[in-house]
Amino acid sequence: MRNRNNWLILIVILVAFSLWIDLSKNIAIINPFNDKPIVERNVDVKLGLDLRGGLQALLEADVPADTVITTEELTNAKNILQNRANALGVSEITMQTAGDRRIVAEFPGVTNPEEVVATLKQTALLEFVDMGSTPAPVGSLIQTDFGVENPAATTDTGETIYHTVITGAGLETASVTRSQAGAYEISFILKPDSTNIFAEYTTANRGKFLAIVLDKQVVSAPTINDPITDGQGVITGNFTQEEAQTLAVQLRSGALPIPIKVVESRTIGATLGEESIRKSVLAGLIGLSVVILFMAFNYQLPGLIADMALICYALFSLMLFKLIPVTLTLPGIAGFILSVGMAVDANVLIFERLKEELRAGRNIRQAIDLAWSRAWPSIRDSNTSTLITCVILFLFGNTFGASMVKGFSVTLALGVGISLFTAIIVTRTFLHTVLDGMKLTDHPRWFGL
Amino acid sequence: MNIIKNRYVYFFISLLVIIPGLVFMGLNWQRTKVGPLELGIDFRGGSLLEVQIDGTLPSVTDISSLYSEFSTETEPIVDPVVQSLGTDGFSIRSKTMSDETKGKIVAEMETRFGSKVTVLNFSSVSPSVGAEVTVAAGWAILAAAAAILGYIWWAFRSVEHAYRYGTAAILAMLHDVLVVVGVEAILGYFLGWEADALFLTALLTVIGFSVHDTIVVFDRVRENSTVYRRVEYEKMVNHSIVQTLDRSITTQLTVMFTLFALVLFGGDSIRHFVIILLVGIFSGTYSSIFNAAPILVVWENREWTTWFKRKEATI
Repeated sequence: MRNRNNWLILIVILVAFSLWIDLSKNIAIINPFNDKPIVERNVDVKLGLDLRGGLQALLEADVPADTVITTEELTNAKNILQNRANALGVSEITMQTAGDRRIVAEFPGVTNPEEVVATLKQTALLEFVDMGSTPAPVGSLIQTDFGVENPAATTDTGETIYHTVITGAGLETASVTRSQAGAYEISFILKPDSTNIFAEYTTANRGKFLAIVLDKQVVSAPTINDPITDGQGVITGNFTQEEAQTLAVQLRSGALPIPIKVVESRTIGATLGEESIRKSVLAGLIGLSVVILFMAFNYQLPGLIADMALICYALFSLMLFKLIPVTLTLPGIAGFILSVGMAVDANVLIFERLKEELRAGRNIRQAIDLAWSRAWPSIRDSNTSTLITCVILFLFGNTFGASMVKGFSVTLALGVGISLFTAIIVTRTFLHTVLDGMKLTDHPRWFGL
Repeated sequence: MNIIKNRYVYFFISLLVIIPGLVFMGLNWQRTKVGPLELGIDFRGGSLLEVQIDGTLPSVTDISSLYSEFSTETEPIVDPVVQSLGTDGFSIRSKTMSDETKGKIVAEMETRFGSKVTVLNFSSVSPSVGAEVTVAAGWAILAAAAAILGYIWWAFRSVEHAYRYGTAAILAMLHDVLVVVGVEAILGYFLGWEADALFLTALLTVIGFSVHDTIVVFDRVRENSTVYRRVEYEKMVNHSIVQTLDRSITTQLTVMFTLFALVLFGGDSIRHFVIILLVGIFSGTYSSIFNAAPILVVWENREWTTWFKRKEATI
């Protein structure tokens, strides 16, 4: 009995807390002694791109499929892309690595996806390429062996494949300087490992040509006059000040450790998103109301109690969505609405048992406890199977940056978890509180008997 | 009520739905040369552009020829599939094109047709990613089936012939997968619906729900098998189904209510997804009552040794 009262108090506290979270956009707990906030958080609902409009791009390392990409390289590329994207002035950009060679980038609310993608795609892959004694002309596009295992000397079509000595990943810093003649040039300093490779190479190939290649395009192809052993060098070319500046920035912030290509892009217009929110919220409310009416009609008094539990379920779910926070997508909302149906299932299982036990002539308190213990194995086993599929959906969605699939699995799994709590704890506590003193013989119809 | 007695009637009803589905899968296969379903760009790769046009509506051929003009060797987007979208829009499917090309096409639409063009939705998936997603989708379904089979086997380990329960649940699940894919094949054939990532999500959810429902029935069988040790197996299974029937129908109805609300009020973008869920969840309940539990009886009686003739039970 005391135990039950404790549960009741806990439920009341949870409901109050969830109402507070559900109704606010920001929460803050102020320390009364120094008026400083202890906790301050934005708890506004996070909407996915399909609901607020925006661009999602799936980027993939543009290297042959058998090339191994380290986690570090991918993370670095992600950070560089993030910097580049931040320069666009779009707020709330998210970038996440997906699988071992992909990055998912999300840009809420952008209206110019072409520009965003163009900015991202400026891979600015810098390579120092061995040209031997006959350099390719400046401005020409060449093939290099970067990222290729056991490269051939020529491509299938007979083009020469040049050897990449080092890439931009080996660059420490780059800045614009002016030569004695007044021309703009870019000075760079290499990282220690690259310095060694570079020193070795330039010593062995004095008098040969070394091309500086940006995104496979030859920028300049100077002769190696003296070995560069200190890791400091200069790129010359016919640069204007602006060109030199851009190039230096690209080299500094944009020297991606791996080249990147866009393999998937999705743009959702803002109008479609707004309409979707309005419609799915309406559908959710209607669905919930019908279920509430149906339960009350079908199970009478216990049904009404289940309805209260169902409302708790909705409040708790929204609270968790806001606190975690879960990004709500359209399929995510569908998953939540579907889980309302499943939330009811646990109650239905218990109530059907309750009816059976009451028919078998037990008193109400015994019947409630028996119904719970007997319905539990089927509730547990059936929900486990739903959770198993949720896990698989989540893993699938995560690998391909399919945030819609991921969103669905997260909300459905959360829904299942919360519904177990409300069915097991909330409904049971309410039932005992309301019914314990009651005799079945007084009001059999209240139980649908 | 005796459900077990008429089990072959119910198996037959299932076939009545599954066989047309299989026929249409075959027809789709013949048409697409790729597989039993019209696959969306998520699996096949390609681009989908949905635009809303305020002002004079261009014709389908106008759009087609505009696309052809922007077609290049690296991005061959000739012969797009153009469909009307509502009263003032188009949905255009083509081979994969970049955001850049899309930008040019939309700009050209505005100047050429003199109307305001709003991009509702643009997706572009490269064929290699699409192929990879398709393979992973297959694995996802297999992994789900295997994990569930293992779990049921474990959960029913105390019952005699535990593996039968797992297998029967998987067979019922297979039934639901066939129904869902069959219905998608039929609708795809007539309405041009394409299976996308959301279809896969719906399919996997149906798998989860199907087993969820089957377990509730099996749980009763598990419980009754210890209570009614002396009762004939067939009779005990039938009793278990009848006992859980109220619950099955009630849960079925509540889920249906929420899904119907989504179909009617939830907007166009998820209607396809929700309809597939509806079909699958109905099938899931049907199969757990009329397929899964009867399969246990067929197995217990080893009816394949008697050419699937029912042993006359005395119920």
